Amino acid sequence: MIRVGLMLAFFICCSTGGEIAMTYGMKQVGEPGSFRPLVLVKFIGRAMSNGWVWFALPLLGASFYSLLILLPWAPLSVVIPASAFNYVVGTFGAKYLLREQVSIKRWVGVVMVCVGVTLVLLTGQN
Amino acid sequence: MSNERRLRVKTLAVVLVMVVCANVGDLMLKRGMLQIGAVQISGSGVWRALLSTIHNGTIWLGILFLIGFTFCYMTAVSWADYSYVMPAGAFGYAIQTMLAVVILHEAVTRQRWVGVVLIVGGVLLVGQTRPSTTQTKVAGT
Repeated sequence: MIRVGLMLAFFICCSTGGEIAMTYGMKQVGEPGSFRPLVLVKFIGRAMSNGWVWFALPLLGASFYSLLILLPWAPLSVVIPASAFNYVVGTFGAKYLLREQVSIKRWVGVVMVCVGVTLVLLTGQN
Repeated sequence: MSNERRLRVKTLAVVLVMVVCANVGDLMLKRGMLQIGAVQISGSGVWRALLSTIHNGTIWLGILFLIGFTFCYMTAVSWADYSYVMPAGAFGYAIQTMLAVVILHEAVTRQRWVGVVLIVGGVLLVGQTRPSTTQTKVAGT
């Protein structure tokens, strides 16, 4: 049980941490000035030279593999709500680490999405 | 069109492409793996599966779509809030269910429909908030 709890915590930290680091890096890169092919190629080049983007990629890879490890260890009724809980943890991260303004309306939307994803994924496994 | 409206339309368009790329990519990978067949868990089995995936066009198509998904995600969060893009991306689960009903004629349980309604409602609520609440820089042209 401790093993599952630790792996769940590791999965949530890697997944949310990776996405927040990716967002932080992309905010430093800045949005592309237009959607012309040459501008987009330069935009990708700038993103690929950002340290935070490179910090995010192994974290996202680790979150994927920790989910694969978790699946045979714990029942889906535990793993799926835990992975959907990422939406809530991610919103906390966005508010306190990325300094985004999260309104009540956005919080309600995030919680609805979290419960909805849990229901859809759980019934998909039946 | 006001700046905020333009930003919202731009963000939702990129998120929509992102969701389509993720769903089509997953579908292609699944189809490609079905063409290859069950992978034998042994040294030679994994090696054979790896060679088969390299020579499978459907898998490469799936990988291309997933690269498209990653690119759209990176582009969207370069100007929009993470707490805006992340829940909006969950709209894919609702699209998957709709496709399962319309194209595959699958039976969907009431519990799953409740989930879809919650996701759509949640995404609509998030979609009404301001897409960007932090300062965004333009990387140049």
